[in-house]
Amino acid sequence: MFEHRLAVYIDWLLVGAIGILSAIGAAMVFSATYDPTSGSVGPAFYRQLVALALGGVALIACLMVDYRTLADRSFIIYAGLVTLLALTLLAGTEQGGAQRWVGIGPLSGQPSELGRLVLALVLASVYGRSNSGPRSLRDWLVGGAVVALPFVLIARQPDLGTAVTLLPVCLTIMVFAGLRVRVLVTLGLLAVLATPLVWAYGLEDYQQRRISSFLDPEQDPQGAGYQQRQARITVGSGGLTGRGFLQGTQNQYNFLPVAHNDFIFSVLAEELGFAGVSVALVLYLFVILRSLDAARVARDSTGTYLVAGIVAGFAFQVVYNITMSAGLAPVKGLTLPLMSFGGSSIIATLMGFGLILNVRMRRFRN
Amino acid sequence: MTSMPRPARDDRRARNLLWLFQNAALLVFAGLFVAFGHVQIGQHERFLAMAANNHQRTLSLRAPRGPVLDRDGEVLVENRHALNISLARDQVEDLDAWIRRLVRVTGSDEAAITGAVERHSHDPSGRPIVIIRDASLEQVAAVAARKLELPGLVVEQVPMRHYPTATFGAHTLGYIGEVTDMQLAQPRFEGLRSGAIIGHAGVEYAYNARLMGTDGARHVIVNSLGREIETIREVVPVEGEQLQLTVDSDLQRAAEEAFEAAGFDGAAAVMDPRSGEVLALVSRPAYDPNAFAAGIDAAAWTTLTGDPLKPLQNRALRGRYSPGSTFKIVMAVAGLEEGVVKPEDQVVCRGGGVFYRRFFACHSTHGSVDLPQALAQSCNTYFYRLGQELGIDAIHKWATALGLGRLTGIDLPHEVRGLIPSREWKRATHGERWYAGETISVAIGQGQVSVTPLSMAVMMSAVANGGRVFAPRVLRGSFDVGASRTSPEPPAPSVVQLKPETVAAVRQGLWMAVNGIGTARRARLPGRDVIGKTGTAQVVSLSGRRAAAGTSDRDLRDHGWFVFAAPRDDPRIAGVVFAEHGEHGYLAAPIARHVMETFFAKEEKRPLPASPLPATPPVTTAADAARTVGASGAE
Repeated sequence: MFEHRLAVYIDWLLVGAIGILSAIGAAMVFSATYDPTSGSVGPAFYRQLVALALGGVALIACLMVDYRTLADRSFIIYAGLVTLLALTLLAGTEQGGAQRWVGIGPLSGQPSELGRLVLALVLASVYGRSNSGPRSLRDWLVGGAVVALPFVLIARQPDLGTAVTLLPVCLTIMVFAGLRVRVLVTLGLLAVLATPLVWAYGLEDYQQRRISSFLDPEQDPQGAGYQQRQARITVGSGGLTGRGFLQGTQNQYNFLPVAHNDFIFSVLAEELGFAGVSVALVLYLFVILRSLDAARVARDSTGTYLVAGIVAGFAFQVVYNITMSAGLAPVKGLTLPLMSFGGSSIIATLMGFGLILNVRMRRFRN
Repeated sequence: MTSMPRPARDDRRARNLLWLFQNAALLVFAGLFVAFGHVQIGQHERFLAMAANNHQRTLSLRAPRGPVLDRDGEVLVENRHALNISLARDQVEDLDAWIRRLVRVTGSDEAAITGAVERHSHDPSGRPIVIIRDASLEQVAAVAARKLELPGLVVEQVPMRHYPTATFGAHTLGYIGEVTDMQLAQPRFEGLRSGAIIGHAGVEYAYNARLMGTDGARHVIVNSLGREIETIREVVPVEGEQLQLTVDSDLQRAAEEAFEAAGFDGAAAVMDPRSGEVLALVSRPAYDPNAFAAGIDAAAWTTLTGDPLKPLQNRALRGRYSPGSTFKIVMAVAGLEEGVVKPEDQVVCRGGGVFYRRFFACHSTHGSVDLPQALAQSCNTYFYRLGQELGIDAIHKWATALGLGRLTGIDLPHEVRGLIPSREWKRATHGERWYAGETISVAIGQGQVSVTPLSMAVMMSAVANGGRVFAPRVLRGSFDVGASRTSPEPPAPSVVQLKPETVAAVRQGLWMAVNGIGTARRARLPGRDVIGKTGTAQVVSLSGRRAAAGTSDRDLRDHGWFVFAAPRDDPRIAGVVFAEHGEHGYLAAPIARHVMETFFAKEEKRPLPASPLPATPPVTTAADAARTVGASGAE
């Protein structure tokens, strides 16, 4: 199955950049869970290390099997995903008002994180298989139905944030597969027109509050705008060179909620400053551009679509989280891939890079 | 493998899209660089300050106010430990809900808490607001048990003012409270901030700067829950200076108890005529300054301020009353010094006399009296004549010289001046000339004349000491933290040169008033040569009295005065007792006698006399029976 000679085609530069980002992330999780009064670090840090190790294994697993084999079996994988999501909804454990977790024995995870990968695989497979001639409406309706099922299941958890992250992946693949940008724009306009309806009937109170507090964070400094205001203070107080590792007062004295998770980049900005931010931004940009290169060199459309979709999902999440961590976007429970604490997220992200490496490694026709 | 070779058309589209994707990524990341640069470098200073403000907190450590002692070192004001419940507002999301929870837990008044929070709503958000002063142990235990429901709650130990003598001497000591916004604008309170505790009356006000000390502060690091992580810096508070007053607690107590026994409201001032030191200062009804120590509640404040008897007012300094016959002492001094009479000159009293075509009555028919006898028996006729001969301006001159009608200059706040009329005053205020007939009423202390009890004590002490008019004072000395004592320079008295014959004749008359057949026999202390003079100040005019006849309203009764000094030849104590609605001056005399008895017992280190028994019904004496209601109503 795995041909050893392929190992030389592994993109070590990309692997290196991912490794550095993961290491920086782990260091930041260490700082964010460090307790300055007792001088000890919380269990979250060790869980993060375990997750990285598991993620590494998953990455290798994802690049061993030829991506085309996976694409061929993608509907079986898709069926598995939908089953898991349904199980989560029916029998998952609740955390913070949402059922996102499902456990089998000691292992538990958020199946929704896997959603992006599975959808990328299915769509790449569907559109990559029949790419001669213009697409019919039927093609798009099939694709839409494939996306809609897991989207609704995840949104009902309710985890609208994660569900929304499916969209850049799917839309990117569909555009690559021939969906006219004009159609997208029309859909976008329709969405804008529907906004007031969605606002009134589709959003929970807390979601409305988050958005309105983003538009004016000072209106209620203790309420919904608190996180955003603290995020901006945290980032701004970092300065050029930062307050120093474990020295950030916003982080160490817990002024930033869920610092190790959603706001890990704020912690980096506070303790390592603009210098640290620049390094991280350059690394993320490199990872994105380098991955896109894998899409370019892919041997077939399925590979291109798969990589483009995964990278789009990754880039969307990176950009949104980093913007939010500086208080420049509404607060959403969206993690920063490769850095934020969270087992499912890390493993899913590394699996995604496994697939990207997989496509690049098998770029030559034999 | 079912994947098909990619068609050229599809390949081109993918390349174009990837190119677009790459450039979009570059653009977005460039934007992120600019945004982070702007926040982290451009606005660094501002956000760094905000971060510091987040986790650093300055807790004020209140300096205990200095204690206040009496002249023997007895404690008049001290501090005890109390617990305040405060709120660090920036840690509370829903303030209203928070307050409701606190009210449920502590059972305190919701309006008072809301009021306190609103009053300090403009303070820096990191400074805790005191919401319950002097909380009970039950309240502290209750909130401590519910700390999680009440984030931002701080329990602080603070020094609390305590007045062991409660109402006794309350007006001299004063009371404390939060500085008002209006006071903050005054230069006197410069440097204080909202919430500071200052004196609002008495010594607490007059010597506020010395008593206050210097507050300390503790700079701490707190986490987002307001829990203190560590102390960065602590400035220890410095206690205020210790004050020693001239007041003698034993005399103060004697005077207060005697007032209580007699059942009078009123005022008293007792001085050392050799120095101007105030030995006792009474104003009744009084208040309990302890009620203010923990912040007085609105209901108690309304009761105090709405009371028609005005318990907050220091009558000794702020009450203006007609002096009645006690003014005859001033008349006697003026007559002798101006040379219009000699002590032995006789005047015949036939129950009154006609002056300026009008009859002025005396309360008795005294026959032929000289000056000492006229003083002793308070003969109106004699002083009508004297007044006619002196004229209003000479009376004004001598009354003013002896300290009446002007501020005494005591080191207590809010003193007011009485009024001694003169031609010029009449012209300036009424635009009229002075009618000679008015002088006749003034001569017996009625008419336009008004005085404060304290100024009468100053006058009496000047007559007793031979003409030295002291500015009374209550501060004897103060000790700072290093215990080095500073005594204020005793203010030099303004000296009125009195002829020895004047002093001798007046002393003789006042001695006879107490020890002879005079009006003030109830102040007699065998072997002490007490000198004194009673006075009765009309509250309503004769016509007003007729109009009110039958109502028997307490407020229509006359005020009683008694001024005194002892012993005659070497006075070491002098003063005044003013009994509001006391009807007769001689009813005020026993109060003075009890004070003097205590003074001499203490001087000779004998046991102090027992407190006087509650009032006996007034005994009608021959002098009272002889008293007729004349135009003057004087004795």
